[in-house]
Amino acid sequence: MPALAIRLRGVVKRYGAVTAVDGLDLDLPEGTCVGLLGPNGAGKSTTMKLLTAQAIADAGELEVLGHTLPGDSKAARAVMGVVPQLDNLDTTLTVEQNLLVFTYLYRVPRAQRHDAIERALTIANLSDRRKARVDQLSGGMRRRLLIARALVHEPRLVLLDEPTVGLDPQVRQELWALIDRLRSEGVSILMSTHYIEEAERLADTVTVMSHGQAVAVGRPSDLVAEHAGREALEVYGAPSRLREVEDEARERGWPTRRTGTSVTILRVDGLNGDLPEGERRMATLEDVFVLLTGEEIA
Amino acid sequence: MIESEPRVRRLDRAALTGVLVREVVNFGSFWRSSTFSSTVEPTIYLLAFGFGFGSLVSKVNGLDYVQFVGTGTVATAVLFSSVFPGMFSTFVKYQFQHTYDAILAAPVDTEELVTGEALWIAARAGTYGCVPMLVAIAFGLNPSWGMFAVPLIAFISGFGWACFGITVAAVMKSIDNFSYVTSTVITPLFLVAGTFFPISGLPQWARIAANVNPLYHCVQLVRHAVFGFHVEDLWHLAFIVAFGLLLWRVAIARMERRLVD
Repeated sequence: MPALAIRLRGVVKRYGAVTAVDGLDLDLPEGTCVGLLGPNGAGKSTTMKLLTAQAIADAGELEVLGHTLPGDSKAARAVMGVVPQLDNLDTTLTVEQNLLVFTYLYRVPRAQRHDAIERALTIANLSDRRKARVDQLSGGMRRRLLIARALVHEPRLVLLDEPTVGLDPQVRQELWALIDRLRSEGVSILMSTHYIEEAERLADTVTVMSHGQAVAVGRPSDLVAEHAGREALEVYGAPSRLREVEDEARERGWPTRRTGTSVTILRVDGLNGDLPEGERRMATLEDVFVLLTGEEIA
Repeated sequence: MIESEPRVRRLDRAALTGVLVREVVNFGSFWRSSTFSSTVEPTIYLLAFGFGFGSLVSKVNGLDYVQFVGTGTVATAVLFSSVFPGMFSTFVKYQFQHTYDAILAAPVDTEELVTGEALWIAARAGTYGCVPMLVAIAFGLNPSWGMFAVPLIAFISGFGWACFGITVAAVMKSIDNFSYVTSTVITPLFLVAGTFFPISGLPQWARIAANVNPLYHCVQLVRHAVFGFHVEDLWHLAFIVAFGLLLWRVAIARMERRLVD
């Protein structure tokens, strides 16, 4: 079995009456990318904070690259890189200065500092913007710099908290390519996201979180097969028609989910004939996501 | 496989250096405005009080009023250039810019973060604190060897006030609440410290209160550094050192509570 870059067992984190993380188990084998998939409020960001000891767990075991948290968290933080959800670059500094500061914070030896900055500039594809102030960069460039900043010390593990939230599709693809390159270089990655496609494309395994717990773990394709079957049927219609379809499905014991404009009947692979009119399509990770994390928005 | 990982311990130099380098590099982008306000403000006080008030009062405690107020304003310059950055930049950095999230995700603990920030503010206060003295020299204050002790006094004092400011930032929920602290704590401390008028003329309760005012001890030390040290300066020094150490630990504890859930 490969060594684990992250190992969580029964981790609990409460904020007053709210239990943000509720007995979470999580394994991240070294050199793989694990996607933490869940709706807002599922406990993804709290999990990220626990891993850098910016939140202290109330119960459970946490190990990062062999270091036990929170006691050895500083040693763990020295060998991991963190890309936060909120941009916290120093906006009045240049691209290069931001990277320079982080070579100090991450203790890059003096002799390697210059190379580390050059490498990070290359990763972020910002070599020709090195002298630009951060507040003159586009949103996509800032994100790339934010990721490159977490890589100046060549960490073995990278935490990405919602790396592409709020970005347009072109920029998102660019970042996916960047993350995919990291993965191919053998860096272990934990990535939280609520974009299904992001998890599907980048993650070797996905942990679906809901209400602070891992409700499903597995490869994206396995999760789809296990929880949503192979094919799904989309039935469109007026709201009254959709309610009828749902009632019928419930009577017949067919699993369904709402998609807003349609009702999706899942696991229709074996079913024939008496199904309502609709469009057949392949089941997706999104079907699993909605099925497992609940349809109602809390 | 044995890997060499960076050594980590409490208050280690690499972490403090990281925090300080960040500040120094950032200072490069705003030193002009910061230096301008830290220099011009005490100079205005000095000129306004020195000449405005000085025309009514010629001598205070045997000193020309300009000399009295010139040395007193050093302490106010130290106070302003340490307590306000401590309050405002700390709050802005953790609440609005999320800078501290980034720093604490690196191998830096809250203790090192607070210590590094306070040391940097103290170093600035040690420098800016000397400005009124230099201005006073231009207006007739005689230079003396003891003046070389002033940056150190200003540094120690500034460290305590920086930690006080950081504590305020850590405790307050909103930046708007800072005005309560400014009006009820900082303004009285700044006036009842023997900066613009000697505390000997105040009612007894105010004289006693002044003795627990760290700024008063700073004022006394600066004045004695310039005009000649006394034995009691050891007490003044002990007071500002103790103030600095106490507030340093308080600032760390409050910031930890604020930054680590």
